[in-house]
Amino acid sequence: MKSLEELRAIRERVQNQVSMRAEDHAHTRVVVGMATCGIASGARPVLTALSNLVQEKKLTNRVAVTQTGCIGLCQYEPIVEVMEPGKPKITYIKMNPEKAAEVVERHLIGGHIVEEYTLNSADIK
Amino acid sequence: MMPEISLNVLDVAENSTRAGASLVQITVKADTVQDRLSVIIADDGCGMTPEQVAQVTDPFFTSRTTRKVGLGVPFFKYAAESTGGSFTIESEVGVGTTVTAIFTMSHIDRMPLGDITSTIHTLAVYHPETDFLYRYCYNDRSFELDTRQFREVLGGVPFDTPEISEYIKDYLTENKLETDGGAVY
Repeated sequence: MKSLEELRAIRERVQNQVSMRAEDHAHTRVVVGMATCGIASGARPVLTALSNLVQEKKLTNRVAVTQTGCIGLCQYEPIVEVMEPGKPKITYIKMNPEKAAEVVERHLIGGHIVEEYTLNSADIK
Repeated sequence: MMPEISLNVLDVAENSTRAGASLVQITVKADTVQDRLSVIIADDGCGMTPEQVAQVTDPFFTSRTTRKVGLGVPFFKYAAESTGGSFTIESEVGVGTTVTAIFTMSHIDRMPLGDITSTIHTLAVYHPETDFLYRYCYNDRSFELDTRQFREVLGGVPFDTPEISEYIKDYLTENKLETDGGAVY
């Protein structure tokens, strides 16, 4: 069984770096819709993938991954919104872990919106 | 339709957090001898009136009026009852809500439990305002995760700190394996 002692040791290790990032308002927010519609269409693995990649790629000092309820576009779930300070919100639709990885690579790291996955590029009639 | 029981748990527990719960207790209990899989989600959120409770299992009525519940509860109810199990909601305004779903484990229509570890991890890490007490039982073995204990140890260090998030994942994964010996159901 894993012990709480182990957790204590981790706290000692990370405490300082946490205080550095806690008050940062220049974060890019990545928000995943996690209501019934999102969950049923696969939002949980998308959230996990985004969160893991942001950690792996060492982006946690400028990107925060969070979740929200129903965004109101259930037919386009799983939806991921990217909100960069001072820029218009980008809404990615019908996401999966592979597309999420591309968004991390091309948008969050590279700075270029992955146009083909956005709501704007969807054929809405 | 949700393909896994664990996704229904996530969905119902999300409702609990939106109902303003400060503590959500989630119990998953597999009993292979009695052939029962019980899932209980109990919160101390705002609760519902008897009228609302009567309506939440009706998808067509509730999806138009009580938006916080919608289709999720009818899915869960159907999933449990179609295995010869049962589904109940007890709720009181100002006290909280308890959802209990009982499945017949061996029933051909029972959906798999699925990735319950990811569900609990997602809930714990992304709800800094809510505490979770998760109990996982497999026959006579069990383990618990209590985010209140974690918070006490961590002081102000948030759960979504990479190392902490990883620890929570490992805690759930390793303890589940020790509890059920890697049983897949």
